[in-house]
Amino acid sequence: MSGFLVSTKINGDAVQFACPTDESLLDSLRNRAGLTGVKEGCGTGDCGACSITLDDRLVCSCLVLAAEADGREVGTVEGLSDGMKLHPLQEKFIEHAALQCGICTPGFLISAKALLDKNPKPSEKEIRFALAGNLCRCTGYDKIVRAVQAAAKEMRKK
Amino acid sequence: MLKVGFTGALRSSVNGHAQVDAQASTIRELLSGLVQRYPDLAEHVEQGIAVALDGEIYRDDWSKPIPDGSTVFLLPRIQGG
Amino acid sequence: MSHDTSYTKQKFKLIGSRVNRPDGIDKVTGRARYGADASAPGQLVGKVLRSPHAHALIKKIDTTKAEKLPGVKAVITSADMPDLTGGNRSMLDILENCMARGRALYDGHAVAAVAAVDEQTARQALKLIKVTYKRLPHVTDVDKAMQPGAPVIHDWVFTSGVDPKPEKASNIVQRNQFGHGDVEAGFAEADVIVEKTFKTEQTHQGYIEPHACLATVGPDGHGDLWVTTQGHFHFRQVCAALIGMDVAKLKVTSSEIGGGFGGKTHVWMEPVALVLARKANRPVKLVMSREEVFKATGPTSSTSVDVKIGAKKNGTITAAAAELRYQGGAFPGIWGMLGAMTSFACYDLKNVQSVGYDVLCNRPKVAAYRAPSAPMAAFGIESTMDLVAEEIGMDPVKFRIKNAAKEGTQASYGPVYGPIGIGPTLKAAQNHPHMKAKLRKNQGRGMACGFWFNFGGQTCTDLNIGVDGTVSLAVGTVDVGGSRASLGLIAAEELGIEYEQVKVHISDTASLGHNDTTEGSRGTFSSGMAAIFAARDAKDELCQRAAKMWDIPVSAVAWKEGKAIAKGKRHNNLAPLTLQEIAAKSPNTGGPIAGHNEVVADGAGVSFASHICDVEVDPETGATKVIRYTVVQDAGKAIHPDYVEGQFQGGAAQGIGWALNEEYIYGDDGLLQNAGFLDYRIPVCSDLPFIDTEILEIPNPNHPYGIRGVGETSIVPPLAAIGNAVSMRLACE
Repeated sequence: MSGFLVSTKINGDAVQFACPTDESLLDSLRNRAGLTGVKEGCGTGDCGACSITLDDRLVCSCLVLAAEADGREVGTVEGLSDGMKLHPLQEKFIEHAALQCGICTPGFLISAKALLDKNPKPSEKEIRFALAGNLCRCTGYDKIVRAVQAAAKEMRKK
Repeated sequence: MLKVGFTGALRSSVNGHAQVDAQASTIRELLSGLVQRYPDLAEHVEQGIAVALDGEIYRDDWSKPIPDGSTVFLLPRIQGG
Repeated sequence: MSHDTSYTKQKFKLIGSRVNRPDGIDKVTGRARYGADASAPGQLVGKVLRSPHAHALIKKIDTTKAEKLPGVKAVITSADMPDLTGGNRSMLDILENCMARGRALYDGHAVAAVAAVDEQTARQALKLIKVTYKRLPHVTDVDKAMQPGAPVIHDWVFTSGVDPKPEKASNIVQRNQFGHGDVEAGFAEADVIVEKTFKTEQTHQGYIEPHACLATVGPDGHGDLWVTTQGHFHFRQVCAALIGMDVAKLKVTSSEIGGGFGGKTHVWMEPVALVLARKANRPVKLVMSREEVFKATGPTSSTSVDVKIGAKKNGTITAAAAELRYQGGAFPGIWGMLGAMTSFACYDLKNVQSVGYDVLCNRPKVAAYRAPSAPMAAFGIESTMDLVAEEIGMDPVKFRIKNAAKEGTQASYGPVYGPIGIGPTLKAAQNHPHMKAKLRKNQGRGMACGFWFNFGGQTCTDLNIGVDGTVSLAVGTVDVGGSRASLGLIAAEELGIEYEQVKVHISDTASLGHNDTTEGSRGTFSSGMAAIFAARDAKDELCQRAAKMWDIPVSAVAWKEGKAIAKGKRHNNLAPLTLQEIAAKSPNTGGPIAGHNEVVADGAGVSFASHICDVEVDPETGATKVIRYTVVQDAGKAIHPDYVEGQFQGGAAQGIGWALNEEYIYGDDGLLQNAGFLDYRIPVCSDLPFIDTEILEIPNPNHPYGIRGVGETSIVPPLAAIGNAVSMRLACE
């Protein structure tokens, strides 16, 4: 197997692994870095369950080669909380019952955080369009939008 | 005496009757009695049958007692999703 | 029949509160483990080779090159999965669906499988398997499949339910007829008759998590299966039977499940994973791709439905009839029968007849999808109801209320109803502010009703009290939508303790007796019932222990608000004992304190809903957007209102997707054209408005807390609600 040595930072930690050149970042994160919070829902960039940030840019990790993470910073759901302290988005998702099966939740949290980092006071429409790249089959999105609104409000207080 | 109704494909197993008379105090007794009278019914009971007592559907609890004068219906066993 | 109404006076302390779910933190931190999130030492990657043809004879499968590839540890075909079913046709169908036996029956049908040391090797191995096919004529449309001359899928299918029994095999599996009265006479009495045909296309449950499992089987016949499933006990039974294992020697653990909706109530590739694992004598992880999920799991039926409804000018329906044709894919199913049963279930009809046909075609084996078969039937019936209302000049809600079923009505599918919620949901919808809201330009409003049976089933639960007084509740119903929170509330309510003192677990198959699958809206209903009885069992034991600690007769002990109290003049000076105090002394009073219950939770009670929908239609393109949506549904008793609302909203969203966007597109070549989320487009966040919900609580007399199943009914009305809204908007032109 011809491999590529990836030296990257994931949630602030330096990580190194070797992988085939055609392996996706999604597969490397799950199978080599031990981070199964990121999920494969489709493998073709249509469902957003594999959403991560790559150098602060929101991307579908199934559409990114692992090699592209070399020298860059990756953000996954495992990096959202600060020790025991949950991120306001995580708190509000639980509080507002914004998850039923929860498989899409990591992707939504990453996408919602990416939105709020850029736009701390989004309208309902802005929230819906920012999250349109994340599919949820259980909730109909109602409680997800409410949770994001509540988290945005909470975060603006600080 | 109970009036027992049949729906769907079960009717053809009981000579096309939509309703027959029967005597039984539990679902198990009812089914074994009917199978004795109508052997074609055995296949359906084997595959899965449900019994409605006064509107409530019972799929598994064959020890359920049938109160006197109940309206009983035999249905194919159904599932959800 | 007298109903137990002891619950109606019950004042609940915790039931109905909106607590945080116990698995919430795991799910928002990525710690929760789903089907593909487990690994085992030495595990292999499994992959399945699938037919590229809609219908073909498999003349030869040459696996020699694949077996020789370094890193390949097992290659299997149907030769490795002998028929052990002993003549059980439906089990053989499952086996054949998991792995083709001489004939590929649909695009994507499994024909071989491999297990290799890594992904790349497994993919390479699949390419090295040489399959010689002889293509056969195919048919994928339900009406075409019924025509004489259509390619016959199975030569052993002779239509049942028709007289005389046919001599020629066909694709029509069965005909089922339901109803009562005389529809001919009824139509003769009608002032107005509307007759219409409707077609619905196939849709998929669309769960975001693909099927995945990790299988291990040793040479001693013992095995382990970690799998995403709605029913791990059912999977254990089926897998063990199909591959020749003893049930008790196969331990199945359900992972967290990333959506099911009925699609994960059956095995698709799990027996294949177990056979690979056995042949390789190493763990095999088998995960489906999204394309495989669309092509080779269990979507719902595509249908063709004829509806005829006749009514008098005063609004009374005199006769209603329907013929419903459902395709079940390449294997016999009961979907047409179910459609015929649910057809007119919302209404009180003197003359009614529904006939359902189950049809075969070259498509995947249909599985249940949330209230299976009901949405399509409701689409036809509810759309026709609106047309009849329009013909006689009556408001569509008033028309439905006039003909609504009630206690004492003989249902169109046979039984006589007990107390039911269709009238109340209609009245609530009629009075809802949504009905009175003003519509703007290009907007239309529609409403529709829906019905579903709901089920109970075999349930087994353990309640164990730790020495610190905290409670462990082990249940066997997979948690698909948050039921652990509701079950925790129920256990805490019964014991009189805080919700935070209870931890709910989903046990594996080795740790509990059989539990039926989480389907039929039965999770909270059944495990809730078993939890109540297990808690009452535990309370009896707690009272016994208190009696020992006080040295008084147990008849003088009662349980109140989380404590044992001593009754009667002789003993009531004794200070109450808390659950913690009794638990702390348990090592000396008889050992661990527990409650247990096995119950066949039957009598789940039928469920009704009324939905209201506003749409905005672009006059140039016809693009339709849902701008307001309201669900009114009867829940019996909402244990945790957030999760009841969640079921209403989720089902509605699936129905909206079904109505507006989702459909399987089969080409003339019989191949599925849109096996991915890009072209099989489910609703996204920007497609939908907030979905309003109104929970009605008409208690179910067959449950100690009055619970009714809620998970499925909400997918039934949306197809027609949207159809009626769009029709209203177009009628306004």
